[in-house]
Amino acid sequence: MNTWTFFWDHRADILSATLDHMTLVAIAMAIAILIGVPLGMFIVQRPTLRALSLGIANIFQTIPSLALFGFLIPIPFIGGIGKRTAIVALVLYALLPILRNTYVGLTGIDHAVLEAAEAMGMTSGQILWRVRFPLALAVILAGIRTATVITIGVATIAAAIGAGGLGSFIFRGVALVNDSLLLAGAVPAALLALLADFLLGLLERRLRVL
Amino acid sequence: MSIEMKAKSTIEQSNSIEFSGVVYRINDIPGRSIVCSTNLTVSRGETLILLGRSGSGKTTLLRLINRMLLPTSGQVLVEGLPTTEWGPIRLRRGIGYVIQEAGLFPHFTVAENVGLVPELEKWDRARIAARVEEMLRLVGLDPAEFSKRHPRELSGGQRQRVGVARALAADPPILLMDEPFGALDPVTRAELQREFGDLARRLNKTIVFVTHDLREALLLASRIVLLEAGCIVATAAPRDFLRIDHPEVKAFTACLDLDPGASS
Repeated sequence: MNTWTFFWDHRADILSATLDHMTLVAIAMAIAILIGVPLGMFIVQRPTLRALSLGIANIFQTIPSLALFGFLIPIPFIGGIGKRTAIVALVLYALLPILRNTYVGLTGIDHAVLEAAEAMGMTSGQILWRVRFPLALAVILAGIRTATVITIGVATIAAAIGAGGLGSFIFRGVALVNDSLLLAGAVPAALLALLADFLLGLLERRLRVL
Repeated sequence: MSIEMKAKSTIEQSNSIEFSGVVYRINDIPGRSIVCSTNLTVSRGETLILLGRSGSGKTTLLRLINRMLLPTSGQVLVEGLPTTEWGPIRLRRGIGYVIQEAGLFPHFTVAENVGLVPELEKWDRARIAARVEEMLRLVGLDPAEFSKRHPRELSGGQRQRVGVARALAADPPILLMDEPFGALDPVTRAELQREFGDLARRLNKTIVFVTHDLREALLLASRIVLLEAGCIVATAAPRDFLRIDHPEVKAFTACLDLDPGASS
């Protein structure tokens, strides 16, 4: 009961924190997609770079998120306290699923289809844009979906370095041992994640060809 | 059809494809050749069947023709010009290609699949549409019913028909077929073989057709080339083929005898 009245009384704060959170996630995802998808396309034909970039993306994924935020603070230009550092960390986290799915999607295409495309005299650019990419789109989107859900969760921790968002409620709730505060951050974050997962899932099913 | 091809074909001899001392091997395995020194000519308008077991090198020979592979030594001449001197894109647009699983683009409709090479060749829309319709009728599919469908909405036999229509769309002088009917059920396969035989006789294309099915070879070939371990071991017209005294020929004809449906 208490929690509901708390939610109601602070609805404006919760809403603005939610919007902050969404902005943070949206910016980070946009950057991660702009890096991950082209890089994934680029490494299809380049084994060395592929191993290297997937390896690096993998390493970022294994660093505990709170530690990653901490590591970034002292780095010039991208570091410091605030949103910019948070976005860098979120991008690094989101990169692996996007990069990996782009690569897997582009390479997991029926061999007969690629052979036919080549034998019909399509150039490698035409094969990439008209065959590989449309057929990989559903898999790439699945990676974006995974990355979005992860990012919404990890972004709550970004409050630790002053990036705002729903995490601020959670950190305050933990510090004050106040469940209502904690839930004011956790519930909207969970709902956001579920919503993003659902909507991107719908889109993914529409794009699936077979 | 490319201008170069037309020009060449009027000047040159009647050989459409010529293998001259062709060897193909993969770098890592220097000892073993995938294709041993091969000399072979395919005349314009004939249906040459490359017959052999799995791994006998027949698909490799086919892929050497449209420059999907380049010979380790020797040369493959297409319309008088070595494949190394053809630009791969130009060469392939003038050669139709049909493979076992058809390799249709799942995200394209039937009409888009069939019209692909004409579209790549920048034909105008009306001409492509007319050509697609013509090709679908040619392979026995009603354009009104099938144009808008996607490959997943077709049976295996229908897909293979679309594959043939797609290969013929830009009117290439040469058609390469790699076990095109291999994945079909026996009844559909027999139906398509019969129809394709009629089609091939009418179209007057140079066809190189890979199969491991002797009956198919006998039905469709104007000439059969038998391969064993990458080497040509026999070449004969269908009616003479069964009389050849060679162990690999015997191995193939033995299968024919075992098969009760084969006599006739």
